[in-house]
Amino acid sequence: MYFMAEYILEAKDIIKEFPGVKALDGVTFGVTKGEIHALVGENGAGKSTLMKIVSGVYPLGSFKGELRVDGKDCRFKNIKESEAAGIAIIHQEMALIKELNVTENILLGNEVQRAGIIQWDKAYRKAEEAIKRVGLNINPAQEVRYLGVGEQQLVEIAKALSKDAHILILDEPTAALSENEAGRLLAILEDLKTKGVTCIYISHRLKEILHIADRVTVMRDGKTIATLDSNGLTEELLIAKMVGRELTQVHPPREHKRGDVIFEVKNWNVSDDATNRGLFDLGFQLHRGEVFGIAGLVGAGRSEFMMSLFGVWGKKKGGTAILNGKNLAVKTPEDAIKAGISIATEDRKRYGLVLIEDIKNNVSLASLDKISSWGIVDENKEVGFAEKYTKDLQIKTPSVEQKTMNLSGGNQQKVVLAKWLMTMPSVLILDEPTRGIDVGAKYEIYTIINQLAEKGVGIIIVSSEMPELLGMCDRIMVMHEGKITGTISAKGASQEKIMQLATGGTL
Amino acid sequence: MEVRGNTIKEMFKKNIRQYTMLIALAAIWLIFTISTNHLFIEPRNLSNLFLQTVTVAIVASGMTLIIVTGNIDLSVGSVAGFTGAIAAVLQVKYGWNAAASVLAALLSGLAIGAWHGFWVTYRKVPAFIVTLASMMAFRGAILGITGGATISPLSEHLKMIGTNYLSPLPSSILGAISIALFIVIMIRKRAQKIKYGFATSSLPVDVLKISLLSLAMAGLFLIMIFNEGVPYAVILLFCIVLVFNFLSQNTVFGRRLYAIGGNADAARLSGVNINKNLMLLFMVFGVLTSVAGIVMTARLNAATTSAGINMELDAIAACVIGGTSLVGGEGKILGAIIGALIMSSLDNGMSLMNLDITYQYVIKGLILLFAVWVDMATRKK
Repeated sequence: MYFMAEYILEAKDIIKEFPGVKALDGVTFGVTKGEIHALVGENGAGKSTLMKIVSGVYPLGSFKGELRVDGKDCRFKNIKESEAAGIAIIHQEMALIKELNVTENILLGNEVQRAGIIQWDKAYRKAEEAIKRVGLNINPAQEVRYLGVGEQQLVEIAKALSKDAHILILDEPTAALSENEAGRLLAILEDLKTKGVTCIYISHRLKEILHIADRVTVMRDGKTIATLDSNGLTEELLIAKMVGRELTQVHPPREHKRGDVIFEVKNWNVSDDATNRGLFDLGFQLHRGEVFGIAGLVGAGRSEFMMSLFGVWGKKKGGTAILNGKNLAVKTPEDAIKAGISIATEDRKRYGLVLIEDIKNNVSLASLDKISSWGIVDENKEVGFAEKYTKDLQIKTPSVEQKTMNLSGGNQQKVVLAKWLMTMPSVLILDEPTRGIDVGAKYEIYTIINQLAEKGVGIIIVSSEMPELLGMCDRIMVMHEGKITGTISAKGASQEKIMQLATGGTL
Repeated sequence: MEVRGNTIKEMFKKNIRQYTMLIALAAIWLIFTISTNHLFIEPRNLSNLFLQTVTVAIVASGMTLIIVTGNIDLSVGSVAGFTGAIAAVLQVKYGWNAAASVLAALLSGLAIGAWHGFWVTYRKVPAFIVTLASMMAFRGAILGITGGATISPLSEHLKMIGTNYLSPLPSSILGAISIALFIVIMIRKRAQKIKYGFATSSLPVDVLKISLLSLAMAGLFLIMIFNEGVPYAVILLFCIVLVFNFLSQNTVFGRRLYAIGGNADAARLSGVNINKNLMLLFMVFGVLTSVAGIVMTARLNAATTSAGINMELDAIAACVIGGTSLVGGEGKILGAIIGALIMSSLDNGMSLMNLDITYQYVIKGLILLFAVWVDMATRKK
């Protein structure tokens, strides 16, 4: 491939190595001015690493190969230099400072000031313009920590736009957004396109990409596999190129057999003074061997409901929960685990793993009593369990002594699953189990869920991905603002029906 | 899973922090040997050096775990002085026998630890503040129970733990057994790693490592034997290090402490009772501090009003130099012992050189800064 004049950004034979792993192995691709260029690939394919090079996070000298912007060689030593060249990046892990307000975050590093003194009036107005551009209706003096995840994401984007970037890199921008917010974002990107802004769009959401991108570059194992025009491109073809194999089914097939009720919740009422939110009159029945889905928009209260069952959210104001015929009196996670409920919470890095520790220590953390006697850990047993789960869940690692912070997102999630599987629960709750995970690993996790259901475990999946719920669950319960708006069978359900219930309507 | 052998270079890079500390210690010893005309390296002095290290090392063993959980304890100097004073006062003023005095001191340490634990876990006051308050309060308490005077002399039995030595023959036997045990444990560890397919160094590298470490241990024992034998206090330290190392690496309690320090949220959601575990830790540490206090008092053969001043800083410095991260979740007790040795070697060497006390403090401060910087720089890699 040779350099073409109309490429606004091009990379040639980029190689980036870390101790022990070659993250990029000869990446070559080009982005034309004013296009929306999507970058897809499994987790670990190298997309984020490549973007960190383009945006100056990995400076000149830390990688091999050539990088050109606007036809000129790039010698970025840091992020500020890439910003000066017109590149702005919005990372997957958000980079807002929660204690500061919206204006301070947007103008961080580019403050409206005279001789070092901030001019607040002008600053607020500038921030207001920026947030209006992303369709956000909030007070520019609002502290970021009180905003929801979706709103924070939009503030991040407003920040990038306010730096007059003409090359925008978005790394999984809609992962934490609701459908509405995602649609709004895509509309903004189309609008920016008409104004000559170029976008590089990294996402796992293939439908979105096919809808919005002009061209798509597929990466796999640190290499660029192909750059395809989006005209006539299908999801199946993209997936095939991403994983190197044809995936005819995204969700593994399963015989839906279910037994008697093992978990019943009735009239569940919880209130939380800290966030001033509540759960009102919730209830459901979970059968042995059933996969039960909980759908809803961001803020519906699904995760909070599950956490309240686990004893870590809000104060219970009324209601009963009966597990395996016994009344569930849970004050701490320890009680819940002993009773037979386990939760794999969302945000695995923050709530699921001790990143500094290795796989075996993480896997055994909730089941230390199983591998010890008189308080002394039996290392043989511990390693045995860790290896068993590593094999069963196909966790890709050279050994169980590998620190979990070095694993990819999909493998980290499998470690979290392993931890909870080891507790041998009767009910396993999974909150966003495949968020930020590549297609191949997703399929593996779905298979594991099916195997568990076959063994008789009752499974609850809280998810924002409707295809996931429709493909995996027997029944789906939909929540809206702390209440249940409907519980429907997955057979005959549709994304439209779920959305209707999720927005507070009725069928 | 396959076994991968490492070259010396790779193994060095991986454990660079641990070896950096040992190399630093060796370098410091070399410098002092030269600058004091071999006085530093004489068995008499080195044996004294080990004895001088014991008190801080005992505290550092427990402080490592406190810091691992994301807490800190600034009161150890005052509490050690106080508990030592309790033992001394009960014996000298009220005629209690050694065993009873020691028991009383240990119980008071336990109570103080529980006091700290209560405020930190159930009242959610930061450990920094709780123990800062104790640091001040118990310094006053020492004045109270000693009446401002130095309490001495102690009985033979009470002094024993601080001033007596195991005679050369039993010391040699102890040395031989320890080294033999060490070699056996290292061999078993290697065999276990191979069994599970974990990464180990190649055989010649491991043989070299074990041989060098055994020689070092033999050297240490010989130094003490050439003096008067192994001090009881050093044997006590040895036992404490073994127990706490075992506690931190091989027990459920230890696993939970490291999880709490690594990610308290994840630990809590995994069913770890953070309050109960921290409470237990503070209580154990209270007892450990009182052990240090008793040894310190026994060595001085007196309880003084200024006993233990600044000991907390030495202990924290020892932990940090030894690789314990102040952020929590990481830290090894053996590292803290090496850190304690480094600090007391500096004290000992600079005193032998008759260096002005001003320079001594400044140099110690700078070395602490340098050591932590090196640690963080090598950590990033």
